[in-house]
Amino acid sequence: MMKRLMNIFKKQSDLTTILLFAAGVLTMPIWLDPIGANYPDLLQKFVIFGIFAVGYNILFGLTGYLSFGHAVFLGVGSYTAVWSFKLFTMNVLPAMLFATLISGLIAAAIGFVSMRRSGIYFSILTLAFAQMFYNLAYSVLIPITNGETGLQLRMHDIRIIDNYFSDPLPGLPSTELFGMSMNGYSGFYFCAVVLILAFYVAMKIFRSPFGMKLKAIKSNQHRMRYIGSDTRPYLITAFIISGMFAGLAGALLAVTDPLAGAERMQWTASGEVILMTILGGVGTLFGPLIGVGVIKYLENIFSAINEAVLHNFFSFMPLWAENLLVAITAPFVGEGWHLTLGILFMIIIIFLPGGLMEGFQKIKRRYLTISMKDSESTTKQE
Amino acid sequence: MSKPVLKISNVNKSFGGLQALRDINLEIEKGKVHAIIGPNGAGKSTLLNVLVGLLEPDSGSVTFNGGINVIGKSPHEINQIGLARVFQTPEIFPDLSLLDNVMIPAFSKRDGAFHFQLFRSLASETKITQEAKEVLASVGMEAKAEETAGSLSRGDKRRLELAMCLIQHPDLLLLDEPTAGMARHDTNKTIELLMQIKEGGMTKIIIEHDMHVVFSLADTISVLSQGAIIASGTPDEIRGNPIVQEAYLGGVEL
Amino acid sequence: MDSILIQLLNGLDKGGAYALIALGLTLVFGTLGVVNFAHGALFLIGAFCAVTFQKILTFSKQVLDPNITFFDAYIEQPYLELWFGETGLAIIDYAVPLSIIVTIPTMLLVGLAMERGLIRHFYKRTHAEQILVTFGLAIVLQEIIRHFFGANPIPTPAPDIVSGSAAIGTWIGLGENFVYPWWRLIYLASSITIISSVFAFLNLTTFGMVVRAGMFDRQMVAFLGINVQRKFTIIFGLAAVVAGVAGAMYAPILPPDYHMGMDFLVISFVIVVVGGMGSLRGAVAAGFLLGILQSLASMTVVSSLFPGIDQIIIYLVAVVILLTRPRGLMGRKGVMED
Repeated sequence: MMKRLMNIFKKQSDLTTILLFAAGVLTMPIWLDPIGANYPDLLQKFVIFGIFAVGYNILFGLTGYLSFGHAVFLGVGSYTAVWSFKLFTMNVLPAMLFATLISGLIAAAIGFVSMRRSGIYFSILTLAFAQMFYNLAYSVLIPITNGETGLQLRMHDIRIIDNYFSDPLPGLPSTELFGMSMNGYSGFYFCAVVLILAFYVAMKIFRSPFGMKLKAIKSNQHRMRYIGSDTRPYLITAFIISGMFAGLAGALLAVTDPLAGAERMQWTASGEVILMTILGGVGTLFGPLIGVGVIKYLENIFSAINEAVLHNFFSFMPLWAENLLVAITAPFVGEGWHLTLGILFMIIIIFLPGGLMEGFQKIKRRYLTISMKDSESTTKQE
Repeated sequence: MSKPVLKISNVNKSFGGLQALRDINLEIEKGKVHAIIGPNGAGKSTLLNVLVGLLEPDSGSVTFNGGINVIGKSPHEINQIGLARVFQTPEIFPDLSLLDNVMIPAFSKRDGAFHFQLFRSLASETKITQEAKEVLASVGMEAKAEETAGSLSRGDKRRLELAMCLIQHPDLLLLDEPTAGMARHDTNKTIELLMQIKEGGMTKIIIEHDMHVVFSLADTISVLSQGAIIASGTPDEIRGNPIVQEAYLGGVEL
Repeated sequence: MDSILIQLLNGLDKGGAYALIALGLTLVFGTLGVVNFAHGALFLIGAFCAVTFQKILTFSKQVLDPNITFFDAYIEQPYLELWFGETGLAIIDYAVPLSIIVTIPTMLLVGLAMERGLIRHFYKRTHAEQILVTFGLAIVLQEIIRHFFGANPIPTPAPDIVSGSAAIGTWIGLGENFVYPWWRLIYLASSITIISSVFAFLNLTTFGMVVRAGMFDRQMVAFLGINVQRKFTIIFGLAAVVAGVAGAMYAPILPPDYHMGMDFLVISFVIVVVGGMGSLRGAVAAGFLLGILQSLASMTVVSSLFPGIDQIIIYLVAVVILLTRPRGLMGRKGVMED
């Protein structure tokens, strides 16, 4: 019976995969409810960072090139989207379009330069560019980024297109898609649809000759050249695509919360997407999404815990034990979430570099060998 | 006399004070197997690197199929004009399946040096998949099509590499010490395989040390010594050539 | 002219810190073959050794303030002052230089622990995995510091006697008005001393010779029967001490805060790449050069032409060098090339 199910999975066509995936994503409010993850902010984060991670995986997972600067595109996407809200319209589609395009352009520039080297050099180059942009955002580019305050909507934003069609309403407008609000659950469903589309594109890439060539580049770039492929355009294209995904994610962050700040471009944000991709399983289609889910879920829980909560939790113990346990666990929660993240990062790299997907595969193999042994012993008995 | 597949004219190359290649002139005829032999340090590697675009000679020309200039082209360009090569240590894609390994050169040949098409699915590439299976069968590896290439033995990796070259139907196949590091058994199997391919009429250049391989396969042999070609001819002619024997200083009994 | 000179000196100072970190990075990469993204954290830990030492020295208790008589007011008085009076205060004053005594063994321990506990297991793994795990370690160390010391920079002043400025103008004939802070001069002198000592060690001792040989060909050295493992540990410890002491002494110049590790690390990596990965001299030269470049770029004259250039000049230079001369200024051919 299990074997039958497995066979069905193997023969999955693209259509089946995407339908199952869409179903899973759109029903998230339902199946995430039991574990307390069913509220719009968190759900939005899941799908938005899902887009970021899926795109990142196209570069890191397929080509093996480790970029430390992808948070730049997150920031660029956010800033572009907010500017679109300010200059043109609160409608989210132009914002997303501009964000994706401009991220793509910047990715082309950074990628063209960075891809002239490989390995560590490449990683350091991307890190250098990331720091450059981050510093510029707080200095030279302040007219665009508004520095530390961050870029926000204002009442007197010109919003050319919106104001052409109707008089401005009092108060700050909200982002909308032809009238549909982007707050709460409707915001989540919109982002979820974008994720499904983005996932579709990623899936197509994974299962195309182009995707296979990227994997070949990772496997043996030298051989790739000698069978007639110019590897650099492939790598730059992968970089641009992953940058566009990141820009789109950044735009969606602004769609659901119309402000943009440079802290989004810090190397820590780049590190986070690397962790999410690796935790789930680099180079697999679903791995990064699993990684996003786990990390964002844990972040949600851990960040909310403070000392009072801990004391409450350990209150059943004698006072000295309670205080001791709180003291031990306190650094890892609340603001200490980043510490926990770092430790998690290290544990995964040390013990399970293939991520959770690799873990699942190992368990699956164990299960198969056990069931094979079972069927062997039953046939023996007959 | 048909147009030579590869024409090497007056190629010279020096590194600093060392003249690595001295006025090399060679014509490789279509359908023939041409072996290049010579003692260590004779310049075989340098010549090879010139042929595959890794080195630019100081002077001279290398033309392919009567007109296409090889010099100055990058490795992928040279492959696209029809030259495939096999490396001393077999270079394959270790993380991919054998079938994938063979399909990728086919894609590369069909699509050109760079091709981006978003919505093409592997599942729909039936023609190339079929070709790949056939080529694997021709080297006797169709049973292992789904295995990961990294787990193959060296001899099998060599076969896979040959399959990867064959699927591209190259005008010229360049073999760089194809039996290097192989035990006698593997060497013989490789020679068998190469003879099979030879029957198909593919033009080949083999750079080799192993005389058994050379004399089994070559139609023409050129002997390189200290950067210059000291003799060129059929195996029989080379066998009895005193200059060649001297060049090897009695190291190998021809 | 004066301001150029000052910026030059500032640049040499900063460059000294960069050079010391880059030196350790190159040593570790060249000998152990490991890319250590946690190296900046070593600089950070060193800086916070100085901070901690100062804090310990200034452990104080509340004592009645004798100056206020009509109600009980308390001031904090350090134990050292209570016990040892003037000498105690002097010790507190010299906290930063004295902290070096504590920093060295601490960094040695930290370095040993890191090498034994983590780095050792990653010698055979890919560079990507090395980068990732040390990146994670850097985050962990940074967050630990943040937990204990908070998110704000902690001023760690130099000893009183050197907190002023030296009238170096009179030394070099630029007039009495040209002054430069004493401590910065001391830092410059110390970094040059440390760098020279490391080079002396590498060039004049047998151990150093093995290290240099190992940087050329690690396998060969192992084949020669030399116990590579222990040497690796010692090298890593050395690199850790260098980075840590550099950090401790830099504390008066830049009040330590928890993210300085990563800030310096990014720049140091860029420097290693510009200098040429695997080249010790390149790392040092590039460190000083880029430090000077950065300082000169922050002069008002320059920033009015190219606003914000001081922030990005190092990265721009790195990009240009990586594109035109990938081997870096002094890198050896074949190291890390495509």
